[in-house]
This record gives sequence, structure tokens and C-alpha cells, in this order.
Amino acid sequence: MKEELLEVSDLKTHFPIQKGILKRNTGFVKAVDGVSFKLAKGETLGIVGESGCGKSTTGRSILRLINPTSGSVKYKGKEVTSLSKGELLKLRKEMQIVFQDPYASLNPRITIASILEEALSTHSIGKDKKERREIVLQLLERVGLNRQLANRYPHEFSGGQRQRIGIARAIAVNPTLIIADEPVSALDVSIQAQILNLFQDLQEQMGLTYIFIAHDLSVVKHISDKIGVMYLGRMVEYASKDDLFSNPSHPYTQALMSAVPVPNPLMKKEKISLKGDVPNPAAPPSGCTFHTRCNACMEVCKTIKPKDIEISPGHVVSCHLYDSAYN
Amino acid sequence: MSGIITSKNIDPSLIHLQKNNTKSYWQIVWGRLMKNKGAMAGSFILIFFIGAALLAPVLAPFPIDEMKMENRFLPPSLDHLLGTDEFGRDILSRIMHGGRISLMMGLVAVSIAGITGVVLGVISGYYRRIDIYIMQMMDILLAFPSLLLAIAIIAVLGVGLTNAMIAVAISVIPSYVRVVRGAVLSIREKEYIEAVQALGVSDFKIIVKHIFPNVLSPVIVLSTLQFGTSILAAAALSFLGLGAQPPTPEWGAMAYVGKSFLLQAWWMSLFPGLAIMLVVLGFNLLGDGLRDALDPRLK
Repeated sequence: MKEELLEVSDLKTHFPIQKGILKRNTGFVKAVDGVSFKLAKGETLGIVGESGCGKSTTGRSILRLINPTSGSVKYKGKEVTSLSKGELLKLRKEMQIVFQDPYASLNPRITIASILEEALSTHSIGKDKKERREIVLQLLERVGLNRQLANRYPHEFSGGQRQRIGIARAIAVNPTLIIADEPVSALDVSIQAQILNLFQDLQEQMGLTYIFIAHDLSVVKHISDKIGVMYLGRMVEYASKDDLFSNPSHPYTQALMSAVPVPNPLMKKEKISLKGDVPNPAAPPSGCTFHTRCNACMEVCKTIKPKDIEISPGHVVSCHLYDSAYN
Repeated sequence: MSGIITSKNIDPSLIHLQKNNTKSYWQIVWGRLMKNKGAMAGSFILIFFIGAALLAPVLAPFPIDEMKMENRFLPPSLDHLLGTDEFGRDILSRIMHGGRISLMMGLVAVSIAGITGVVLGVISGYYRRIDIYIMQMMDILLAFPSLLLAIAIIAVLGVGLTNAMIAVAISVIPSYVRVVRGAVLSIREKEYIEAVQALGVSDFKIIVKHIFPNVLSPVIVLSTLQFGTSILAAAALSFLGLGAQPPTPEWGAMAYVGKSFLLQAWWMSLFPGLAIMLVVLGFNLLGDGLRDALDPRLK
């Protein structure tokens, strides 16, 4: 058994909806509504789901870029949600984030050397300016960029190169966990593969643990050990990659799988198409939040929230279909 | 093209070229500004007036307070290019010296308003809890027409040049706060701010290093435009008798004095008025040019 790094249990992040000049709360958007998972060191967890299902908010809540409403996040056995400012700074050195949009994630006014140098100086890595400069140059080479480019500004780089700089910034502080928030979805397909390979190389070299957020199943399949499928703020299925792809159990996962295009025009495939749109997360449906779009919906689904059921070791599904009480 | 550039597949001569080609944001903006005809015209007008004001003690053909009764109300001539006033003082010399006061009023008003406004705007945009209090104060200030507000402030502080500057500055502050707050609100949501927050960089450093440089361009444009407005407001206050007092050669005050002799000596009011107009026009042209040059959508 590998050393456990991160344990998230019943994480909830609700955003208040404020109306009027008095800013009264009229309700909550339940962006993340009870997400639990465990992650061992060196593993990669892929989180997939439609846009607006709370994938990014989950990532940011773990990092405490957004303060979660309730639940617990334990990093190396230590509770993260209640850390003080000073302790949080130490945690920042351990956990880093790579963003989706490489055009928005680099400050356009400063050179990339100074972007990377800031990461080092904040955590007092390197004795003096000269040493930090050398580390910056090594970082650039490590992510496959030329040292000569250090004094350039972000607008002089392509999307793929910018994403490499974003990765360099994340690994600059030598973290253990990196949350990658759709790091390849803004890139061309040819560049996507390069960036994914870079992620994998760095994982091997540095023993990194990833939480890899994506909406593209093929990307997640390529990089993950475990996969969590999210729908409307909840994790509806959580399993190892092989389990999930060979035996997708939740009706939502099955629908997602059937939407993956097969590169063979002759192959006939049964498509499960979902009806309608994702419901409003401020007023989620009663019972199972997926029941409005589910093609295996039963009466019980409309009233009672499903429990997490472990159908095989490490394969958890949140669905009444697998609950012996209703079948 | 692949995103990978390794040191192996690059010609060393190209590396040299790359280094020299790197342009910072401000170099790009400068290049764009030089191509803007309006901005260049505005700059020339301003350089002309600023030069005349700075060199007034050397260049002015006559002393500003020497009264010669035999020279009263002389029309523009070769001796007195812009004519003389009711005490026989040379109007050209007085306009040159007056430029120092008018431009100084604009500079002081814009500096006070700019610094206060940027600080309040950044606080308001970054710390959302204080936002509502600052913005409601600004809304109260904005509810008054700025000249009326300035007059009210002078009524409290008393008539005079310094008080006129303060009054103009206070009436300009809300526009800075609004612009800066709006810019900060859009920038604090950018991922690069989140990235440095994730690194644990302190709020102060985030504001100084990451937010401030990115709100600088709207502030520069606004300052240039407000420079013109402030000079106009200060001149208007002097024209109303609330700012500079005669015999100080301030443009607004000169136009005010000339008003009584408008039918006999039109040049007494016209030329100071023209000076105000040209300087304000110069600032507006430059401001519009800067706005175009700094517009990120053109990048």
C-alpha cells in the first residue's frame, strides 16, 4: 500500500447568492456538494464532468484558493481547511496549481524569468539573486524551453510554450501535489500530447502526485490512475482507471463513455444521449440530482439521495441501481 | 510548430537576434503612440506651451507687473504681439507667466487626485468588504457637478490659489476611484493573480507587482484627460473670482478682467482663453492617442 497523501471527505463549497442593495442571501449555488476521495503519493486522479459541475471549484477548495464551506481536506494527515496564514504558506510550497488558460495565467507586464523568480523568492529558495537566476534557467530547460528565452515577455510565446512556463512556475517550489485545472483543453491537439508527456515525465522525475481536471475522457484515460466522475457538485463514480473504463456503472458515466468518438466509421455504436441541460446548481433536483436526465430512473431516485456504494474494492458508485434495498 | 525549442536546433546567430528583438510592453506602446498623428499634434502643442511657461522668465519680452499708462489697451502689434491690458502690461508676457500657474494647478490637482484615487480604487477593488463604503462616498461626491462641488469646497476653505487646487483635486478623485476599481475588479479575477495567491505571495506584493502595473494604462489615459479638465476647472474658478486673484497672471483671471473691456479690447480675453483652449485640446489629443496606444484589444 502506498503512502496516503490526500484525503478529502464530504467537501462542500457553497457560494451565496446575494440580491438587492442590502446583499441579503437568497440561496446558495452548491458548486461542490459532498465530494470525498483518497489519493496516494505518486498517483494521478483524473476528475471529469461537464462544465459547471464543480471540478475546478473542487481543485481550488483543496488548495484553499476558495475557502470550502464544510468538510475536511487532510494533507499528509493534517487538516488543511483550518490552517492559519503562516501554516498555509508552508502548504503552498507543497501544493501547486496549473491553470487552463495559458493566455490569462501569466502576468503580461513582467518577464518569464521574473514570474518564476517570484515563486522562488516567496519561499526563500536559493541564497541570492544569482543562484535563483540559475534555478530559473534550469527550470526552463526542465520544461523544454530554451534558457535564452528567460528575459522575454509572455506575449512572445505560443500557447503551448506558455503552458510550459505555467508548469515551470508550479514545479519551481518543488511541490508534492499539483492540481492541473484543464491544463490542455485550451491547446491544439498536437500540443496537448506534448504537454501531457511533459506532465508524465515530471511525475516520474519528481515523484509528483496529480489531480488532473479535464472534460476530455481520452486525456484523462491517458494520464490517470484513478478517475472520479462529477455531476452537479457530487462525485457520482470513483474507481481505478481500468475499472471505470471496463465497467462504467453509473448511468451518467455510461452516457459519457458512449459520447467518446470511435476512430472507425464502420463501427456501429449504441449512443446514450442525455436529455436536456445540467440543472441549475442553485436549485438542484430532489433525490438523486441526476434523475431528471437519467435513462434508468426509478421512483425512489426522485425523492431519496443515493448513498455511496462500493460495488467492488475501490469502485464507488452513488446510484440506487446498485443499492440492494431498492432492487 | 512544436512548442519545444532546444538549444540544439537553434542557430547561434538567431539566438543573438532573438535577444535584441525582445520588446517590453511599454516599448510597444511607445512605438504605437509615435504613429498616432493626433497624439503627436497634441504633444507638440503641449511641448510648445510647457516650453513657453518654463522659459517665461528668460523669453518674456516685458515684465509682467510693469504698468505703463501710456500703453493702455494697445491692440496686437509688433511691439506687443498680443496687445496690452488696462494697465499697459504686455499680454504675451502675462500669458507666458500665467502658463506656469495654470499648468502647475493642473499638475498639482491631478497628482493629489491621482494618488488618492488610485489608492482608494485599489483598496476598493481588491478588498471587497470595504468596497461598498468607499464607493458610496464616491457616489455622493459624484452626485454634485464637479464645478459646483469645487465652489462648495472653496466656500469652506476660503478663496485662493492653493484652495482652488485642492478643490479641483477633490472633485476629480471619484473618477479615478471608479476607473481604478473597475480595472482592479477585472484583473483580480485573472488566473495569474490566482497563481501568485497559490504561491502564497503577500497581498501587498500582489497589489504592487501584479495589479498596479496592469491598471497603470487606464490611469495614464485618465490623468492626461483630467489634466486638461483640471486646468479648465481651475481657470473657471479663477474666472469666477474664486481662484487666483489679480494681479496674478492666471489665464482664467486674465479672461475675467478682460471681460469688462470686451468691446474696447477683445484681445485681453481672447488670448488667455485661446491659451486655455489649446492646452486642453493638446491634453485631450494626447489622451485619446494614449488610450488607443494602450488599448489591449489592438495588441
